[in-house]
Amino acid sequence: MILDKSWWKYLLAVWMTVVILGAFLYAPPAKGLGETARIIFFHVPTAWLATLAFLISAVGSIQYLRTQEKKYDIWAYSAAQIGLIFAILATVTGSIWAKKIWQSYWNWDPRETSIFILLLIYAAYFALRSAIDIEEQKAKLAAVYSIIAFVTVPFFIFIIPRVYESLHPDPLINPEGEIKMDSRMLQVFINSLLSFTLLFFWMLRLKIETMKIHFKIEQSLSE
Amino acid sequence: MVKRSLSFIHKAYIVFLKDLHVEFRSRYAVNAIFLFAITTLTAISFSIGPIRLRSEILAPLLWIILFFSSMSGLAHIFVREEEQQTADTLRLLTSPNSIFLGKWLFNIILLFSLEVLIIPVFLAMMGVQVDSPGTFLLIIFIGSIGLASVATLIAAIISQASAKGALFAVLSFPISLPVLISGIHGTQLAMDGGTFKEAISDIQILFSFSIVIVTLSLLLFEFIWRK
Amino acid sequence: MWTVKAQEISQKFNQRHIFEGISFEIQSGNSLVITGPNGSGKTTLIKIICQLLRPTSGHLIIKNEENQIDAHQIYPYLGLVGPYLQLYNNLSAFENYTFFARIRSLPVDMKYFRQLMAQLGLKGREFDELRTFSSGMLQRMKYVMAIMHKPRILILDEPTANLDEAGSEIVYGIMELQKKENILILATNEPEEVKFGEKKLVLHS
Repeated sequence: MILDKSWWKYLLAVWMTVVILGAFLYAPPAKGLGETARIIFFHVPTAWLATLAFLISAVGSIQYLRTQEKKYDIWAYSAAQIGLIFAILATVTGSIWAKKIWQSYWNWDPRETSIFILLLIYAAYFALRSAIDIEEQKAKLAAVYSIIAFVTVPFFIFIIPRVYESLHPDPLINPEGEIKMDSRMLQVFINSLLSFTLLFFWMLRLKIETMKIHFKIEQSLSE
Repeated sequence: MVKRSLSFIHKAYIVFLKDLHVEFRSRYAVNAIFLFAITTLTAISFSIGPIRLRSEILAPLLWIILFFSSMSGLAHIFVREEEQQTADTLRLLTSPNSIFLGKWLFNIILLFSLEVLIIPVFLAMMGVQVDSPGTFLLIIFIGSIGLASVATLIAAIISQASAKGALFAVLSFPISLPVLISGIHGTQLAMDGGTFKEAISDIQILFSFSIVIVTLSLLLFEFIWRK
Repeated sequence: MWTVKAQEISQKFNQRHIFEGISFEIQSGNSLVITGPNGSGKTTLIKIICQLLRPTSGHLIIKNEENQIDAHQIYPYLGLVGPYLQLYNNLSAFENYTFFARIRSLPVDMKYFRQLMAQLGLKGREFDELRTFSSGMLQRMKYVMAIMHKPRILILDEPTANLDEAGSEIVYGIMELQKKENILILATNEPEEVKFGEKKLVLHS
């Protein structure tokens, strides 16, 4: 598999360096939002990865319940852990930007509310895992909870915009379906999104591998 | 097929009657949920004093009382079976879904009976004028079914974990948020005299949410219940 | 003719093997005794046989003639007595009986109930709440619930725990009767009880 080679990791390092430089030097400031808009190159990818991780975790959970195979639990758990990191990053970066632009760190904007709910779900997921002793029980109940949470999420998409008014800029696609971004901004943005996603899969792979090794050591110790 | 599904519902009813009977003897859940609700309500009323609150604050207060009262009593239905070691006995008697439905029904009835008492007291103590009582009751009715459904499902999960009490609220809260947000929004509308038509989208969300959670419960409960 | 068949059953908890590759087959008119030191997994195996626990690997098959009975249909045919299986302490003996009978779709028959209570030596306690019962009486009460539906498969984990001599004698009678036409499975280390098993399965820790 191509991911087993290591050259792509060096490529990723170069790529992300270029993206970071591009975000500050190449992309122009956005209309109306000024220099602060540069945060979208880092904020949006983290939010996207927090969501992607949640999805992967749910898929892993469904697979676990179907097959009862340990590896799917490792998937679900690892994705949730990395997802939590990105959710925190998205919350913090968003909050800093909100302070700059809306003069307050927290406004219960729909997107702030959504990421906050995601954080709550992740927190609940880990709290549940830590409260069960038997591995198989833990994997099973955590998988069930993750699926319940996953099914609840679409409701928020309907409910939240109705109750909480939005100030948040639509970064890429607005209701008119136009791309508002300047072409140079867009180039950096898309590169940032892709490179962050690759970074995410690297992290996820590392996490899964270490979990598997951890699991094997435990197994050999108990025998 | 019809006969089978009838017997499955009939067995759920027998489980429900058993739980009612056991609860009637011990009154543990009833005491917990009623005393919690009354204590909270009195605490709020005391601290607010004679000030008349607006519906923007009254509606969330009402739902916060309902949510935390549920959290204090609705887990007992499964926790009791695990703590008294009757869970395995029950597992050998009938299908998981009959057990879930029986306990779900019990929790709904328990929450309804709490509301019959606490909502009039709340309205009186806080001096609330509900301008559309029909809509108000409908929102509370469907919202409670949603809340009780989430609580029953999460109760089944936490009854097999340690630190049950603290976990129950932590796990239930994110899942109940659709009920809380729509319930609060709809209740506020109804207090201000919003018509049924204005509240229809809240009612739709509450209704579909309850259906989704119950369906999901019937799909997942067997995984939770069987070890 | 009923059959309980275990194929290569293994169980792990937290990556620790409880037992591996357990196989046996037992049919109506036969009995199986499971013995082994503490911690060897007797109770775990019993729970797997009752389908209370899914084995990590392997299969447990229960058949009536050639029809396989799945986990959802097993309830009317199974009776279990074990220390981890309690009755509803807040309810009286009769209320417990009523619940068990109704959920098993049996008629609530007072005469039959009194007869069962008398058989287990609990005459006169029919309407007392179980929390007033001693542990020996509770053990006898568990037998009332486990045999009231004349199960095809009766499974007893530590059959005479908490019982006095008279109680043990009653239980031996039940065991003798059960293995004549139906299936009896015991988990015990008491030499007195081990001899009830025509087949013997020894678990090692």
